[in-house]
Amino acid sequence: MTQTLTAPATPPVRKGGGGARPPRSGSRRPGWTPWLYLAPALVVLAGLLVYPVYQLGLISVLEYTQAQVSGGEPTSFQGLGNYRQLFTDPQFWQVLTATVVFAALCVLSTLFVGCAFAVLLTRIRALPRLALLIASLGAWATPAITGSTVWMFLFDADFGPVNRLLGLGDFSWTYGRYSAFALVLLEVVWCSFPFVMVTVYAGIRAVPTEVLEAASLDGASQWRVWRSVLAPMLRPILLVVTIQSVIWDFKIFTQIYVMTDGGGIAGQNLVLNVYAYQQAFASSEYSLGAAIGVVMLLILLAVTLVYLRLMRRQGEEL
Amino acid sequence: MKLLPRLAAPVAALVLAGLTATACAPQTSDTSSGKDEKTGDLRVWLFQEVNNGPKAKVVDRAVAAYEKAHQGSKVDVQYIPVDSRAEKIKAAFNDPSSAPDVIEYGNTDTAGYVRDGGLADISEEFAAWDEAADTDEAARASVTVDGKTYGAPYFVGVRALYYRTDLFEKHSVAVPETLDEVAAAAKKIRKAEPGLYGIAVGGAYTYGAMPFLWAHGGGLAEEKDGVYTSTLADKKSQAGIAAYTDLFGPDNCPAAKCAQMGGNDTVTAFAAGKAGMAIGGDFSHQAMEDGKVKGKYAVVPLPGTEKGEIAPAFAGGNNLGVLKSTERRSLAVDLVKELAGKKAQSELFDAMGFLPTFTDTRAEAAAEEPFVKPFVQTLDAGATFVPASPAWARIDSSLVLPTMFQEIVSGRKDVAAASRDAAKKMDDAFASAG
Repeated sequence: MTQTLTAPATPPVRKGGGGARPPRSGSRRPGWTPWLYLAPALVVLAGLLVYPVYQLGLISVLEYTQAQVSGGEPTSFQGLGNYRQLFTDPQFWQVLTATVVFAALCVLSTLFVGCAFAVLLTRIRALPRLALLIASLGAWATPAITGSTVWMFLFDADFGPVNRLLGLGDFSWTYGRYSAFALVLLEVVWCSFPFVMVTVYAGIRAVPTEVLEAASLDGASQWRVWRSVLAPMLRPILLVVTIQSVIWDFKIFTQIYVMTDGGGIAGQNLVLNVYAYQQAFASSEYSLGAAIGVVMLLILLAVTLVYLRLMRRQGEEL
Repeated sequence: MKLLPRLAAPVAALVLAGLTATACAPQTSDTSSGKDEKTGDLRVWLFQEVNNGPKAKVVDRAVAAYEKAHQGSKVDVQYIPVDSRAEKIKAAFNDPSSAPDVIEYGNTDTAGYVRDGGLADISEEFAAWDEAADTDEAARASVTVDGKTYGAPYFVGVRALYYRTDLFEKHSVAVPETLDEVAAAAKKIRKAEPGLYGIAVGGAYTYGAMPFLWAHGGGLAEEKDGVYTSTLADKKSQAGIAAYTDLFGPDNCPAAKCAQMGGNDTVTAFAAGKAGMAIGGDFSHQAMEDGKVKGKYAVVPLPGTEKGEIAPAFAGGNNLGVLKSTERRSLAVDLVKELAGKKAQSELFDAMGFLPTFTDTRAEAAAEEPFVKPFVQTLDAGATFVPASPAWARIDSSLVLPTMFQEIVSGRKDVAAASRDAAKKMDDAFASAG
């Protein structure tokens, strides 16, 4: 599936761009030939992407609850009614803000920890490197629900070893809004930094050693090497892991659902996905859920596009 | 560096996530079959209990009796896990060809399932059934929507006050006879034993909190001409809410721990010897017997505001219903009568301890098993039921009441503001459920 998708990025369909591109051999009118090659991929894409998104959009403008699904009541067209209901709900905005801030913090922390460990990996001996790799891959491989449950035990107010170690007595991590979010953030970083670490580590290993040697011969510090040499060379990789993390952290569900008992005290730790589940799926309001899904899709698309655009403006060939 | 292949995975995942939501594409169909064949096999879904063996035995006996009376009709009983029942039952409503003929369902789901068009109206058969006359009022209300009957009550569950006999004796605390005395006793125990909760309460324990509202004369909602209006913000309801939320605090059950607790958590705390009292159901008996408190506790009905009163409890429990899509309606109703009849309910009580829904059968049960006496007393004093509106499922799953209690005990809002907001959310739900 991923292979077929490389097609749209091939030069023939690109317009504009830098002038440094070598001229295409036998450059005649493109005609229909490229589309012909693209057709199989497009058919798969249409089936897997366009149709479901169309259905999602369609349901979001209907009244569609369990009663409609099982035939108790007829389906009716609501226009933007579901969206109006959503946007006039103050809790939705509160949850949306919390989700954006929380996801941003998660992404930044994950990237920072992942990159720091990736650099560390290149600077330690084989045995500790292996140990670090195995430990972090273990965290990565742990299912989110298992990880969350174990963390809840570690931080339990009555029986948790962390409180005993830190001498916090019976401090409840999940009672305060910020301490609960902080706890979930730690868990999210713990289980998602290994992906960043491994990807960035692979990227660093691909950087020619001469470049790094030249930099250190010029007297560049560690931080300087990272900022001026490694980071620019790794930009495409960082781009990918950032987008991955944004999408992943924006859609977070399991950790919040398990660790804060479905949204925390009086819903203080709700994020968009859990809110959607509660408001929509648990009460079978599928159309409202679809509306929330559309909103999430648009936000994620916007974030991704803006990010791509920024990277492109900086002259990066994607 | 090609971005698209890497981008493709998350985008595909994103859309696949959307796909699961869209799997149920818009389609509307009337699922009632309209047929009533007099022969053929029946399929039954019952809930899988934690210790299901004794229940299965009772069911097998009832099924054998049915099969004997109906030659040529066999019954296939499946036990479905309680956790995923909502998905399974919704799926059954959507796909009549793989749906069972008879299901067991939680009584708070009745109105929602009726609105979904899943349950058959069996008012006539139920009225003509001789045993049904002894069905108690709260149980009857739990199968009734708009005056029509959509099933037969299978068993009821009700909550009462568990207390620690050893602690009460040690600290010379009298068994409380009013709700105020419950609070006073709780504080006395907490003071004497700072490691324990006086009475274990939970911010997410809706059915433990409701008796406080009802005892103060308040309630959840009122029906007028088929339209429900929330009464949470009434003075009487607010008094009840205040009485319950006052139990949260350093002198009984600290909010930092108790705000998040649900019913199971309070029962677990009591069973583990961490509380002087708890509001638990007859169905929690086994958990107590398996816990540290075995032999050191007793149960009384939760008292009301005045001496001699019993706080109205929530009548939980399960019903048996016939699916609208069944092709063997008469046979299915006959099977329901056999499964939920007096004989089977009495056996089910012996096997599982589930309280019968027939007043006479229940009185017999209480006579032979003293433990259930306070629960039967509570039921006989008049148990109450949640609003029989399809909106209830939505109010329940969007955590309107736990949110209200948690807002109050964590100090975010006062009783008046929190109850007003919750009442508004309930009214919105009632309005959109029509």
